[in-house]
Amino acid sequence: MKKKIMQGNEAIARGAWEAGVTIGCAYPGTPSSEIMAEISKFKEIYTEWAPNEKIAVEVAHGASLAGGRAIACMKHVGLNVAADPLMTIAYTGVKGGFVIVVADDPGQHSSQNEQDSRNWTRFGKIPMIEPADSQECMDYTKIAFDISERFDTPVLLRTETRVSHCDSPVEFGERKESKMKKGLDQKDTPKYVMVPMYARPKRAALEEKFKKIGEYADTEFPFNTMEINDPSIGFISSGVSYLYTKDVFPRYSFLKLGMSWPLPKKMIAEFFKKVKKVIVVEELDPFFETEIKAMGFKVWHGKDLIPAFGELTPAIIERSLAKAVTGKSFKAPMVRIKPEDLPRRPPNLCAGCSHRPLFYALKKLGLFVFGDIGCYALAVAPPLSAMHASTCMGAGIGGAYGAGKVLGKEGLGKICAVLGDSTFLHSGIGPLMDAVYNKGYSTTLILDNRITAMTGQQETAGTGFTIKGEPTTMVNYEQIVKAIGVKHIVKVNPYNIKETMEAIKKEVNRDDASVIITIDSPCMLLRREKPLEKFKNPLFAIDMDKCRGCKVCLEINCPAISWQAGEGVTKDGHKRKGMAFINKDQCVGCEVCTQVCKFEAIAPATK
Amino acid sequence: MEKNDTVTNIFLSGVGGQGTILASNILAEVFLNAGHDVKKAEVHGMAQRGGDVTTHFRFGKKVYSPLIKEGEVDYLLSFELLEAGRYINWVKPEGKIIINRQTIFPPAVSLGQVEYPNDIEATFKKYFKNNVSIINGQEMARNLGNIQAANVILVGAFSNFFPEIKDSQWQDAIKELLAPKLHDLNIKAFHEGKKLLQ
Repeated sequence: MKKKIMQGNEAIARGAWEAGVTIGCAYPGTPSSEIMAEISKFKEIYTEWAPNEKIAVEVAHGASLAGGRAIACMKHVGLNVAADPLMTIAYTGVKGGFVIVVADDPGQHSSQNEQDSRNWTRFGKIPMIEPADSQECMDYTKIAFDISERFDTPVLLRTETRVSHCDSPVEFGERKESKMKKGLDQKDTPKYVMVPMYARPKRAALEEKFKKIGEYADTEFPFNTMEINDPSIGFISSGVSYLYTKDVFPRYSFLKLGMSWPLPKKMIAEFFKKVKKVIVVEELDPFFETEIKAMGFKVWHGKDLIPAFGELTPAIIERSLAKAVTGKSFKAPMVRIKPEDLPRRPPNLCAGCSHRPLFYALKKLGLFVFGDIGCYALAVAPPLSAMHASTCMGAGIGGAYGAGKVLGKEGLGKICAVLGDSTFLHSGIGPLMDAVYNKGYSTTLILDNRITAMTGQQETAGTGFTIKGEPTTMVNYEQIVKAIGVKHIVKVNPYNIKETMEAIKKEVNRDDASVIITIDSPCMLLRREKPLEKFKNPLFAIDMDKCRGCKVCLEINCPAISWQAGEGVTKDGHKRKGMAFINKDQCVGCEVCTQVCKFEAIAPATK
Repeated sequence: MEKNDTVTNIFLSGVGGQGTILASNILAEVFLNAGHDVKKAEVHGMAQRGGDVTTHFRFGKKVYSPLIKEGEVDYLLSFELLEAGRYINWVKPEGKIIINRQTIFPPAVSLGQVEYPNDIEATFKKYFKNNVSIINGQEMARNLGNIQAANVILVGAFSNFFPEIKDSQWQDAIKELLAPKLHDLNIKAFHEGKKLLQ
């Protein structure tokens, strides 16, 4: 059969379809977002973007209890949000197979922290499997549903950035519908109601269940594999770390763990008999190493040589282990240009993005901004430098309110919270309720750009469309906020900097809670809303006769504006050392720069 | 150290929005269909917002790691000068390089804090001599009527390194990956690019 190149996430989606999945729920988060987007393309599977990961897991669990095979997907920090239901679903078990995909982001390419999700599996007593490439993503997803139904347990499928976002060939199979009978039975109450009376026996049963899964890992699970080559050194590894190690040290022996928990104890013992010395190679925490040492085996090397944080690469593995494995020191490649001598290229808000004028206004007002998770976190970078705290989804509102409780009157007019529409729906409503109920004076800005932008344009309950593009109800932010009890609700168009500043200034000086909602400011990448059409003129240019080279327009950090050194003089005789320049391929005509220029030196131009 | 000589390492670098991902998808399609094992790695998410973008692409009899080691790149295909310079240390001494002579200012340059490095072309020439080709993809694409096609012009130039792969195989991949209305433009771009290194 012809092979097709697929991203790991796409292959998980395909695997879910082949496994007969009937329902998929997710909240987007890099590097997991593409999984549900891909699953939504299969007509046989009901899919949804849930408001957050906890809800996604709860909906998928309900579907499983009704007999459907269900999948929920999230990034590593999403599993923190979903941990509450997850830890108890381990007790209730499932009916239709239930798989939770968790995508870790070692090296924090696009995340606020770095977590090793393998720790959930031991903690939650939930088995976990770990594919290394796209073919494995598909195969492991399929077997995960079988394991789930056979052992009456949710199954965690863990990927990492380099599994989710790598492409490799995949061979397809066909979809097999699940034979599980659909329906709910009230006789199952003791299994599904986790009050202490029923939960205690389930807790005990969990130990037995786990022993059985351990035996399965040792004897039947096909993806724990041993390759005995040169027995002088044996590597124990999993996921993409296995691929890196195999690439760097191909001649030695390997035990590849497809199941990270429970561990195949007998197989590990056998491997220790067959090879002379064992090196454990794993990304992030010494999870296997700790467990294998606790089994009484002597691990020759592991985290003593290999970094325990950040992303691993073949080069890092070689650098860490070359001396131990080959006796020869690692030779670094020749340095022709020192990378640190080159200017960095951090990501930036798009040209025309409504967050740019908004954060410029916040900067001008000198507020301490409790920010949140989304594209707008890019406003922390200079020259905007307009975000001062950001922890996790929805944390900004509580943060601003809490700080205000300590600062009292001193803090009035100095603090605000900022978050996006999708983040507000994810976990912003609770803390806003807290602030209002407990008489905080915080001001919350909801930046409504009509989409989940950062992760690549996913719908929310506030956009009016489902994941499959069907029209649906739309949350009214103003009414939600009003119902919570906020008395002062203001709508602003962020593209008007003066009006925005006035509105914010007024609200942050109030001694009770207020909310500012942005309007007419859709994400620049959201084609449906035709974001460019609201700009009257599509291009602006610098007037050489007027530009004094004051650099104020550079403070908005627009990707279309750059500085060009060179002495000159304005028409009215002011000397300058250089002037601004607008790149016509990038300018979209948002007119934010024209509002900050003090000399009317930016004027409409033609493309 | 053991060398895995049966695997060819291709590294692509550029700036978000330049089409590096499409270019690498074309490579993946072509080399898979030519009977190789392939692996490709790139980082999504924040990088799309005008940040630097890289793709590791590897093909051979059996490819394990999706990532290439620094110093092991056989072919560097760069869409922007600074982003070529950033990965110059990754290329093997005998490696081959194609660079699009485009400059996109990073924020520190736009703000007038530092100058855009002006010696990148010369540094490549110094170390790699005739193995470096610098092409004006942007200008050529504009002449073809669409600046977006610069990426496929680079792919066309790159195709000269693999004479065993027929033009039709490259064209099939372009057709497979692009919408029909873009086929003519991109096939033309591929051929224009191919002519450059002949």
